[in-house]
Amino acid sequence: MTSPVVDTVNLVKIYQNGAVPVPAVRGVDLRVAAGEFVAIMGPSGSGKSTLVHMLGGLEARTSGEIWLDGQRADTLNESAWALLRRKKVGFVFQFFNLVANMTVADNVELPALLAGASAREARQRRQYLLGELGLTDRADAAPSQLAGGEQQRVALARALANKPSLLLADEPTGNLDSRNTRDVLRLLGEVHRDGQTVILVTHDARVAGLADRVVALFDGEIVDDGTIGMARRRPKATVGDVVELRG
Amino acid sequence: MRPLLMALLAKEPAHGYELKQALEQIFGNAYPSPNIGQIYVTLGRLEKDGLVRVVDVEQSNRPNKKVYYLTAAGRESLDTWVDEPTEGPRVRDDFFMKLVLAPMTGLADRMTLINRQRRHYLALIRDLNELAERIDPENRVALLLVEGAMLHLQADLDWLERCQEDLS
Repeated sequence: MTSPVVDTVNLVKIYQNGAVPVPAVRGVDLRVAAGEFVAIMGPSGSGKSTLVHMLGGLEARTSGEIWLDGQRADTLNESAWALLRRKKVGFVFQFFNLVANMTVADNVELPALLAGASAREARQRRQYLLGELGLTDRADAAPSQLAGGEQQRVALARALANKPSLLLADEPTGNLDSRNTRDVLRLLGEVHRDGQTVILVTHDARVAGLADRVVALFDGEIVDDGTIGMARRRPKATVGDVVELRG
Repeated sequence: MRPLLMALLAKEPAHGYELKQALEQIFGNAYPSPNIGQIYVTLGRLEKDGLVRVVDVEQSNRPNKKVYYLTAAGRESLDTWVDEPTEGPRVRDDFFMKLVLAPMTGLADRMTLINRQRRHYLALIRDLNELAERIDPENRVALLLVEGAMLHLQADLDWLERCQEDLS
């Protein structure tokens, strides 16, 4: 049996606010198998971002265990984490963190090159991703020349550049208008169909609608975890199920 | 359905089946297709209220066809419908009532209700995603209907979280 892509055991994060300990994540056991698409939802302050930050090694856990692809990750030092991340994890976070003095194309190719892809493979992958996100003609621009929504899409392209075992995202459509959101949704749907494992935090109903599993957090704990089925057994749902049109 | 049929008849007189086809063509599969019986029942009521009138049109080799047209009173009623501001969908408060009342009576736990409702909304969104994939990309009307439904679900989800924050 292959190990889960993510496995956490009693994961805890406590922030220290002066003398007052503030628990953000309180004993999360989360196991995600390869190919799953998990939406993490819940009110603000419920620990969603903290959880995905810990999964990506951006924040240290207070206690508990994190396993990625069968490898214990929470005990790694910073540079070992960085190495693991480079190989296995793609990130899309709220602040895009693009490298300012590199072009869009180089930003996207870099992770693939670092992960050992040939220059040709990296270029092809970059061309595909930028094309899917409607950014082909921005390839030679510097990040500072891009609008916020464009930077966010570049960050997604970069995160997917080396086909990571795990894609983590924190509100990946937070800065996008509805047309750009559609491109992002289409790409996420596509990579998921190709077997990409995805864990993302979102308030966006359209993004959550792509997921096949929802994990709801409240007060730092998982309060719901289950697959999302079809709402109706009948084959033909219509908008009438949601909005009753007058008449 | 009354104003929809009247609006179509304001364009040109038609018989019941043509109205059904016109609705299907305009709204695509995003809108529940009305059955022909419903359309004739509605036309009958409009006729009784003097808003439409029906004439028998002779056809060669076929039974007469009933063609409906809009009366002056119908036109006036349609103008009123177009000109008045439209009520938004009312907040569907059935769930909210459950959420407020059920824990008081020990019928159900709030967290359970909220979790179940969230899954239900997400399942509806999945349905809409599937529906959107089946819609002809040229049919802007149908796609906008789906987008409208999505935005309503977004509001429902946001409200659910607000309830969870404030009632727990």
